[in-house]
Amino acid sequence: MLSFKKAVLATAAVAAIAGFSAPVLAQDSDEKTVAITYIVEHPALDAVREGIIESLAEKGYTEGDNLTVVARSAQGNMTTQTQIASEFAGLKPDVAVGISTPSAQALKNSMGDTPVIFAAVTDPVAAGLVENPEHPEANITGTSDKQPPKPALELIQSLVPGAKTIGVIYNPGEANSVVQVDEIKAAAGELGLEVVDSPAAQSTMVPDAARNLVGKADAILLPTDNSVISVLEAIVTVGERAKLPVFTTDTDSVERGAVAALGFNYAEMGKVTGDMVAEILAGKTPSEIAVVVPGNQDLFLNMKAAEAMGITVPDSVKNSAKKVIE
Amino acid sequence: MTLFALAGAFETGLLFALVALSIFMSFRVLDFPDLTVDGSFPLGAAVSAAAIVGGFDPFIATFFGMLAGAAAGFVTGLLNVRFGIMNLLAGILSMVALFSVNLRIMGRPNLPVYGQDTVFSRFESVVDAGLWSNTILLLIIAIGAKLIVDWFLKTEIGLGLRASGENPAMAEAQGIRNGAMTLLGMSIANALCALAGSLFAQMQGVADVTMGVGTIVTGLAALIIGEAILGRRTVFLATLGCVIGAVVYRLFIALALSAGFIGIRPQDLNLITAVVVAVAVVLSQRRGKRGRKQLFNFKLVRGAQQNDEGQD
Repeated sequence: MLSFKKAVLATAAVAAIAGFSAPVLAQDSDEKTVAITYIVEHPALDAVREGIIESLAEKGYTEGDNLTVVARSAQGNMTTQTQIASEFAGLKPDVAVGISTPSAQALKNSMGDTPVIFAAVTDPVAAGLVENPEHPEANITGTSDKQPPKPALELIQSLVPGAKTIGVIYNPGEANSVVQVDEIKAAAGELGLEVVDSPAAQSTMVPDAARNLVGKADAILLPTDNSVISVLEAIVTVGERAKLPVFTTDTDSVERGAVAALGFNYAEMGKVTGDMVAEILAGKTPSEIAVVVPGNQDLFLNMKAAEAMGITVPDSVKNSAKKVIE
Repeated sequence: MTLFALAGAFETGLLFALVALSIFMSFRVLDFPDLTVDGSFPLGAAVSAAAIVGGFDPFIATFFGMLAGAAAGFVTGLLNVRFGIMNLLAGILSMVALFSVNLRIMGRPNLPVYGQDTVFSRFESVVDAGLWSNTILLLIIAIGAKLIVDWFLKTEIGLGLRASGENPAMAEAQGIRNGAMTLLGMSIANALCALAGSLFAQMQGVADVTMGVGTIVTGLAALIIGEAILGRRTVFLATLGCVIGAVVYRLFIALALSAGFIGIRPQDLNLITAVVVAVAVVLSQRRGKRGRKQLFNFKLVRGAQQNDEGQD
């Protein structure tokens, strides 16, 4: 027993010693450190992270050369996320980047004087990150993936003539999704459409939520909901069987079988976020940089999926697409 | 590991000491494998965040959070005692239901309390220890909770609770009402867990409906690490083990986080944590062969079986 106690103490001591010496970051003024954290491994969040590093390289900050990048995933656990935030507070990087709402919130809470840039946060105001997105008051700014849902609904109207009711599948536990669904409902009202929502609290409940919409909705529109998009194929299967076309606001989903998506790709968002990080490294403060919703909405089309779900795509729509998958 | 990371590990560790104490009450004392905690942790957070945003004093808000947790535990106990639902399922039902309840309470999945008065900001205005302020407050709370649990388990009711968990038939013969003891014990256990959730939301500045994920796993890990270090021959040692085990577990995670220099990538975090904890427990197992076998006499399984038998 005693030796185990010793072993634990020794481990802790080794941890402390190794730790105190290990992350001594180069303090040279021309060597910069950027610490990036994200709540979970996810294609969209990964694309943002890669976009940031790419954009920094374009601006002359090359990883391993004059830039150290520290990346940490919370692996889906909020408590671990707070611990990562304290780790970053100790690292004192030049900029800390939080990709996703909970990551950004954890950094805001612990980083003190270190500038924080967030990315892929749908509603930075509701999340308490900034009060005025034009002039962030604290030491934090970033990019939002809040997209106006009206163009997506108009796209559905043009591709599914006579569509009256739009089905929405989302996880009521994801803050980002709830915001998007509320906006979809508001925009649908303006266009004379009805919205039926079908909540799924976990990924495993998504297939049932999709089946639940058959017969009730004329088309499905999916928000960028992590639980839902991660099992998109299940919804596509239901959509093909029931001839219920599936649309999303996540362009990566189109390759995975959705008919069409109107959205920006997250790599693009990563680049815009990376530009902000570069501006901070060059000496700006976050309060000088407004929160940005990057880019225009691009149309991605999947012709095979369209056919399988019983949709004819007019050439005019096809020609306006940024990417068409045959 | 920097001082910040160390302080962070102590903060979350001491906070999860409350969860470990909660799990000690249910799994060990009451012999009730309670899964409600994954729901009562965010419940405490939701109630206190909603109350703070609604203008209540943070201490009162925290108390509300604890009351809500006690109510959740009571419901789990009721499902088991009154309606005869197996204890594991009763906890699962409460946990699942609490997801919806928490969304109702907050009105949305994520409710920030940045800039509001919290118990931490109140404490810091009195005792400003900079980086260690939160740790000091949480140390006081964790040790306080540990001592209260120690004291309670020595009172007449507390002894009844232990007897009821240890040997229900004997306890009943002594005039102890097992059902009432289950309800009481579950309420206390979940009040402790909800207290942890309330404090976590206030420390973190936000309550999120998904933040209960993994509460039971972390709490159990803390409990077992604590037992590996101190054993559980007496209540005093067992509860002290909860506090120490929770801190050690978080130190292991901090260690795994700062292990980047040996080529470990961010996605390896959970694996590293698991390996480090496994190594620690295996080390203790070697020593345990000399007369401390109760260490791995794991009640999770035994408790479930006992209850199965008691159903008919």
